[in-house]
Amino acid sequence: MDRGVAIALEGVHRTFRAEAGGEVPALAGIDLSVTPGDFVALLGPSGCGKSTLLRLVAGLDRPERGAVRIESAHIGMVFQDAHLLPWRDVLGNVALPLELLGRDAAVRRARAEAAIAQVGLADAARRYPAELSGGMKMRASLARALVTEPRLLLLDEPFAALDELTRMALDDELRRVWRAAGLTVLFVTHSIAEAAYLAERVVVLSRRPGRIVLDHRVGLPAERTAALRADAAFAHETGVLQDALRRGGALA
Amino acid sequence: MNRAALARIAPPLLTFVVGTALAEVVIRILDVSPLLLPRPSAVWTAATSEAGVLLASLAATGGAVLLGLLLSSTIGVAAAVALAASPWVQRAFYPYAIFFQIVPIVAIAPLLVIWFGYGPRAVVAAAAVVSVFPVIANTLAGLLSVDPNLADLFRLHGATRVATLWKLRLPWALPQLLTGLRIAAGLAVIGAIVGEFVGGGGLGIVVLGAMRQQRTDLVFAAIGYASLLGLALFGAVGLASRLALRHWHASEAKR
Repeated sequence: MDRGVAIALEGVHRTFRAEAGGEVPALAGIDLSVTPGDFVALLGPSGCGKSTLLRLVAGLDRPERGAVRIESAHIGMVFQDAHLLPWRDVLGNVALPLELLGRDAAVRRARAEAAIAQVGLADAARRYPAELSGGMKMRASLARALVTEPRLLLLDEPFAALDELTRMALDDELRRVWRAAGLTVLFVTHSIAEAAYLAERVVVLSRRPGRIVLDHRVGLPAERTAALRADAAFAHETGVLQDALRRGGALA
Repeated sequence: MNRAALARIAPPLLTFVVGTALAEVVIRILDVSPLLLPRPSAVWTAATSEAGVLLASLAATGGAVLLGLLLSSTIGVAAAVALAASPWVQRAFYPYAIFFQIVPIVAIAPLLVIWFGYGPRAVVAAAAVVSVFPVIANTLAGLLSVDPNLADLFRLHGATRVATLWKLRLPWALPQLLTGLRIAAGLAVIGAIVGEFVGGGGLGIVVLGAMRQQRTDLVFAAIGYASLLGLALFGAVGLASRLALRHWHASEAKR
């Protein structure tokens, strides 16, 4: 089976020019290598450069120094909030990446319908974003990211704006998709519990400029259920991550 | 007609009927000269007895307005796309787009007659010139407000500039484009009539002719026809907006 792509970041620096003049360093010397098929959470406080790191991996931005190496492959991306086109129904939104890649109509439709079914939205394929709940919009956004059958999925705090129950359902959905499709996932979050529950490996970043404080392999079983959230092993993992965040200056 | 529609239409209709009746009575009692202010009934008589001339003039003015709007919306959208293409182009030209907006059209109209000659071409040009700037300004604002995450998504999947324009930027700007068009529709009627004052033809020349013959009733009747034209255009653009944006959320459609 296809096991996703590897990612390698070497000494990556990225600085932004501030509006008022001066420079704001976002990332200061990031070394990170991700093996194919891994599920990595990037955990850090707001403004620590997590999203910048994701954009660098996606090729939407370039570092001043250092290198980002990634096999050329289709990348799926999910943003904070769903960011759907309001004038297209779910099917049209999900098919969009294939349209931009120049696939023909029959392929687009079949693949989009499959991706919509994959995230459990089959009944809503013909509805417009304005008619969907926040959770349904996010599912559509996830389907849009999966429609190109990507080997790398990048998610930027995708479920942060959703209510707790919806977020937990989507966490399970994402784990299921990852296990079934066997792709590499890079998931940015500021939620300790979400990072521990979802990921196989958690990389904790410090306050700006972002450095890696902890690179931690999560010691939880592959099968993750709601019951796990009350387990002692889970509490131990979140404790480790919280401690690292504190060392990174996030909980000062 | 259902109750809700009746509740919406009845109050303004009542205001119109009562207001007109009141004007009729007051003008009769005070015995105001029809040269200054004709009675509503006299205006109505002029509007119906001269209906042939007025309708033909309305058609001429309406045609010029529609052509002018077609020109200004095409040129306006194209200009907005060009301005949005690069910050440098924008900095170089946008101040002039603002500047031309404050040049009074009445001052330009004679110039248009010099360039295009007497007749409908100058009138169409006048309608287009006054209505083009709100289209540019509103469309540009819409094009520049594109969601940066969606722009990233298009880049991620290797979208061409043309595909990004057609599938993202222009549809995204549609609510503001339509707002610009609604403002433009009203201005185009003004532009056409001012153009006709100078260049001849249409309702503008009916108003001028009636003024010279001291037919104040006919002046009012012509103004009434011109207002109907503005109202019809405003309604048509509103209907087009509702159809085009029917899937957008209410708040987004008003953006």
